[in-house]
Amino acid sequence: MIHLWLPLVLVCILAGAGAYGVIARRNAVLVLIGVELMLNAANLLFVTMGSVRGDTLRTGHVLALFLITIAAAEMGVALAVILALFRDRGHIDLSEPGS
Amino acid sequence: MTTLDILFGAVALITAASAVLAVTTQNLVHAALWLVVALGTLAGCYLILGAELVALVQLLVYVGAVVVLVLFALMLTHAPIGRSPEQSSSPVQRIAAAAIGAGTSVLFAAVLLPALGGELRPTIAGDTKGIATQLFGAWVWPFELLSLLLLVALIAALAVSRMPNKDPDPSAASTLVGGKSA
Repeated sequence: MIHLWLPLVLVCILAGAGAYGVIARRNAVLVLIGVELMLNAANLLFVTMGSVRGDTLRTGHVLALFLITIAAAEMGVALAVILALFRDRGHIDLSEPGS
Repeated sequence: MTTLDILFGAVALITAASAVLAVTTQNLVHAALWLVVALGTLAGCYLILGAELVALVQLLVYVGAVVVLVLFALMLTHAPIGRSPEQSSSPVQRIAAAAIGAGTSVLFAAVLLPALGGELRPTIAGDTKGIATQLFGAWVWPFELLSLLLLVALIAALAVSRMPNKDPDPSAASTLVGGKSA
């Protein structure tokens, strides 16, 4: 038995920390870390609901696995874009306009 | 409070603290390393919730691959070692970001806790066999679609990193890994 508010509070904290990271950071890689935290908040919600409901399709757990895959693909493309940005500008500071 | 409650609370505390540190620390490499701690302890949370397969995939894909990608990106973009306060934005923007982050948390809590929380529910035991049966049964077409997505993402990452510069540099264009070596 586990009280359900514990994972839900962790979901809220992770989503809030991710939102803070996306807005407050200037380095593009650090912005990406915030995005990862928000994705993990969604993933934790998937897993929690999957464990609670336990339906025959195992929807929560399977969708959590899918989300991890999508996050990995997103990460690869995002880092390629950041490297292209760095080659073009010489820095990855998102608050400065491009040349 | 049950044993699982205390266990989950302890692991969740580490996860939350390291997640907050990952977005607030002034040291770039430390941010990536705090992300390792946050994602690793989140795998522990999955384990306590009875999702052992998801926990192991989280460890393999996130802690094993994604964080290495982040560290590589920090290296290749010449991230400064040590404290670098110029990586964070102005205090005004940080205060606004903190307000928005706290607002997001409160909004999520206001929606999720009354809708789902408050009740004591049993967690089912993690059944990897059941997940595997459903993954390659009912979910097989989304699964195949995801492998296609991974292929597209791989090719897209390669195409983006080999994109020619504005001022053409023949030596950079001819290297095998494109801009990653430049």
